[in-house]
Amino acid sequence: MAQRQSFQIGTGAFILLGFLALGYLATQTTSLANYRQGDSYALKARFTNVGQLKLRAPVKVAGVRVGSVSDIKLEPDKLDALVTLSIDKHYAQIPDDSAAAVFTSGLLGDQYVALQPGGSPEMFKDGDEVVLTQSSMQLEELIGKYLVGQGDKPADKSAADKGAATDKPADKKPQK
Amino acid sequence: MSAMRPHAPFIAGLAQIGACGIFLLQILRAVPRSLRYARETVRQIFFVGAMSLVIIMTCGLFVGMVLGLQLYHTLSIFGGTAALGTVVALSLYRELGPVVTALLFAGRAGTSITAEIGLMRATDQLDAMEMMAVDPLAYVIAPRFLAGIVAMPLLACTFNALGILGAHLVGVSWLGLDNGTFWSNMTSNVDVWDDVINGVWKSLAFGAVVTLIATFQGYTTPPTSEGVAYATTRTVVYSSIATLALDFVMTAFLM
Repeated sequence: MAQRQSFQIGTGAFILLGFLALGYLATQTTSLANYRQGDSYALKARFTNVGQLKLRAPVKVAGVRVGSVSDIKLEPDKLDALVTLSIDKHYAQIPDDSAAAVFTSGLLGDQYVALQPGGSPEMFKDGDEVVLTQSSMQLEELIGKYLVGQGDKPADKSAADKGAATDKPADKKPQK
Repeated sequence: MSAMRPHAPFIAGLAQIGACGIFLLQILRAVPRSLRYARETVRQIFFVGAMSLVIIMTCGLFVGMVLGLQLYHTLSIFGGTAALGTVVALSLYRELGPVVTALLFAGRAGTSITAEIGLMRATDQLDAMEMMAVDPLAYVIAPRFLAGIVAMPLLACTFNALGILGAHLVGVSWLGLDNGTFWSNMTSNVDVWDDVINGVWKSLAFGAVVTLIATFQGYTTPPTSEGVAYATTRTVVYSSIATLALDFVMTAFLM
């Protein structure tokens, strides 16, 4: 009887260990790990081109992940991409004149949305729209431009790199 | 007699596959009856699962460490060492975890199942059970089959977890990759359903195939010591081939 019981304890421990391992793999090493921050609030942003931005792509401020892309859809009238960013409640102190840009991590890496903080005393609230946006940089477009208009305005490129160029005219440039 | 017909081995192989298929149906039919012997199934999970943990965990750790070393070296050629965590996790979850676990499982648990059932056959224990109106399919075969299906995914998950740990050990603690880079790249590129659960499906299927082959070889072994020895060898050979072939098919479907 004692032996029978030890089998059951051993089996129970084994099954528990297996499921713990599965739980660890599923929650700590996958995209689920990025959801555990809990409550979030939504911001909207319009881009003329989101490039290869995917659902659940990270949203970063100063390189630190603060949320993720929760929805991407086309706005039928303006033919803009309407991107919903869900930002962790933790980071509620983002000025409402901050700019959003679609960047690529590394030359060939995945795309993410970078929020560049502005200087406004007002903070973003749930459902607000990020007015200043900068579309994804299309490598092909850049190469095309470079090939056609050799040295057209090299200053343009460096400004775009710094994220100062925006799709929509901005009265206040995001501080850099 | 068979020497005169060159196609005889092919026909014999076909007959084996057919017999194995029928055997699978018989096991599945015996499964409801075997629920009476749930205690026996628990005991078998202990033998094929818990007793395999040491080898699975050690091998998982070393496979992860080797992956970490090799991939770090290869990725550094392209300046992509930041992707180490992602590449290790994806190759472990999707391929190496289920496949290597299945191969180890065939060697560790499959052989012992075949040898045990084969000896039962050789010593007429299976016939004795039938005489006592105990169905050997329900009492001996089905519990082992179920135990294999339950144990394999759990073993594969343990293998994966230890593999990640091993890669982390080599990549971060030894080669100096940034800890945050390792994890954040992994978490942003690995998906629960597409990768982790995909691997679980695979290991479920491998568990079923390996234990089916092991029980079939044991059940149909010639009742001699030589027959049991050959049956054990065949279990390892056939399970390995079946696992790798099935892996290819499943990858093509689940991709």
